[in-house]
Amino acid sequence: MSDWIEACAADDIDEEDVLRFDHAGRTFAIYRSPEDEFFATDGLCTHEQIHLSQGLVMGDIIECPKHNGRFNYKTGAARGAPVCVNLRTYPVKVDDGKVFIRMAD
Amino acid sequence: MVIVGAGECGTRAAFALREAGYDGTIALVGSEAHPPYERPPLSKEAMTGEQAPSIKTIADAARLAEHRIDLRNSTTVLSIDRANRSVRLADGSDLAYDKLLLATGALPRKLPLQGMGGRSVCLRTFDDALLIRRHLRQGVRIAIVGGGFIGLELAASARKLGADVTVIEAQPRILMRGVPEEIAAVVHQAHVAEGVEIVCGDGIASMEDDGETVRIVLSSGRTVVADLAIVGIGAVPVTALAETAGLALNNGISVDARLRTSDPHVFAAGDCCSFPLAVYGDRRVRLEAWRSAQEHGALAARNMLGAEEAHATVPWFWSDQYGLTLQIAGLPDEGDRTIRRDLGDGAFILFHLKDDGRLVAASGIGPDNAVARDVRLAEMLIARSARPDLAALASTAVKLKSLLAA
Repeated sequence: MSDWIEACAADDIDEEDVLRFDHAGRTFAIYRSPEDEFFATDGLCTHEQIHLSQGLVMGDIIECPKHNGRFNYKTGAARGAPVCVNLRTYPVKVDDGKVFIRMAD
Repeated sequence: MVIVGAGECGTRAAFALREAGYDGTIALVGSEAHPPYERPPLSKEAMTGEQAPSIKTIADAARLAEHRIDLRNSTTVLSIDRANRSVRLADGSDLAYDKLLLATGALPRKLPLQGMGGRSVCLRTFDDALLIRRHLRQGVRIAIVGGGFIGLELAASARKLGADVTVIEAQPRILMRGVPEEIAAVVHQAHVAEGVEIVCGDGIASMEDDGETVRIVLSSGRTVVADLAIVGIGAVPVTALAETAGLALNNGISVDARLRTSDPHVFAAGDCCSFPLAVYGDRRVRLEAWRSAQEHGALAARNMLGAEEAHATVPWFWSDQYGLTLQIAGLPDEGDRTIRRDLGDGAFILFHLKDDGRLVAASGIGPDNAVARDVRLAEMLIARSARPDLAALASTAVKLKSLLAA
C-alpha cells in the first residue's frame, strides 16, 4: 500500500477546475468538483498524451484541450470519440486544507 | 447501411450507427489498403519521429469485427443505382442499401502546370506521408508551394529534421484563408526564427521536375531549386460519384442541415459536402477539419436512423507548428471588430464580434495548449449567440467561464 502524497492546497484549485501535479516522474490531474469534492486521475489523455490540466472542467467531465476527448474524472470513464480508453483514477483525501492523493504501485 | 469513404467521418458514422442501437449490416468502403486511420498526424508527428512513421489507427480489425462493421478496403464504388438503392463496387459486386452515406472526402488541389514528376508531391494519405518522410533529412532542399496549414506544418516538421525549407505563397501573406493577420504574423515569425524562408505574393510561373530535382520559376523571375517540392494549395471535394448519380452539387455535395442530399435515402458528410451553418444564419460552408468530420459522421448516422436532427455546432480547428498551437472556433470573417485577450507567455486570443455585440469567432495562438480552454469556452458562447461584456473579454481577471453563467 502506497502512502498518501501531499499534492497541493485545497485553495489552489477553484471549484469546477483542474490542476496539474507532477510527482516521481509521473503526472496527475487533480480536480475540484462543483460540489466541492476532490478527485485525481492520470494527467495525460489516453488518446495522444496531452496534459488534461489545460482542459476544461464542466460538471463531472474533463475535456482534453487538444481534441475534446471527454472523461468522467470521478470514475475515469471515457465519454466518446476520440477517446476509447478509460483514465486511471486515484484516491484523494483533504486534510487540514491540503489535498493528498494515494498512488497505485 | 452503406458508407462510402473509410476516413475519420465515415468510420465515425459506422460506430455511431451502432452506438445509436442500429443492429443491421454496415458496409464501410474505403479506397486505401490501410484500416481507418487518423490524418492529422501525417503532417506533424508522423514526419518528425525518429523512426519511420507509424499509422495511428482509428479502429483495428478486431474493433471493427466487434462492432460488426464490414470494412471493404482497397476498393471503390463505381456507381450508385438510386432507383434500386444499391451501389456497384470496382470488383463488379453490388451492395444494397436502405440509407447510403457519402463520406468521400477531398483530394489535394493540383497545380495547373506541366512537368509534375516523382519529386513533386502532395500530402493526403499515409502512403504520401511515407514518401515525403523518406526525403526529409539534414540539408535536403524542400520547396513548399502554398502557405496554408498543410504546407506550414510540413515546413515546421521538415525544419525539425534539418531540411532547408522555402515556402512559396501566391497571396500577400500566409494563412490568408480563415486566419486573422495578427495570428498569421506570429506563425510567420516562428518560421523565420526557425530558418524557413517564406516568399509571399509570388506565384508559380513554371515547375519542372526531372525526377531528381524540381526547378520552380516564380512570377517575379526568381528560380527556386529543390530536391522535393510539396504542393499544398488546398483540397477539392470528391464529388464524381454523386454527380454521376445526379445528386445536387454546390461547392461539394449539397446537403441540408440534416446532412441529407437531394435524395432522401442518400446522406453526405465531412469534407465532401457543403451544408448550411445555423450559427451564421444558414451560411453555406464546406469545412475541411477533423472535428467537423467526426461530428458530421455521428450526426449523419443518427439521421440515417430517422433522428431528424439539425447540425448545430460551431466550426473548430487547430494546428501545431514548432511549440505553438493555434485554435480557431467559429469563422473569423464573420466578425466586424476584434477584442484581444493576452494570456501571458505570448499567448493571446482574438474575439471576433458583430457590430451588434454578438460573439461569432475566437482565434488564439500560444505555446502548448495555452489558448485551448478559453477558445473552448468562447465556442460555447458563440453557440449561444452570446453578447459578452467587452471589458470582460479583454481582461484575464475575469474568467470566461463566468460569462457562460450570465
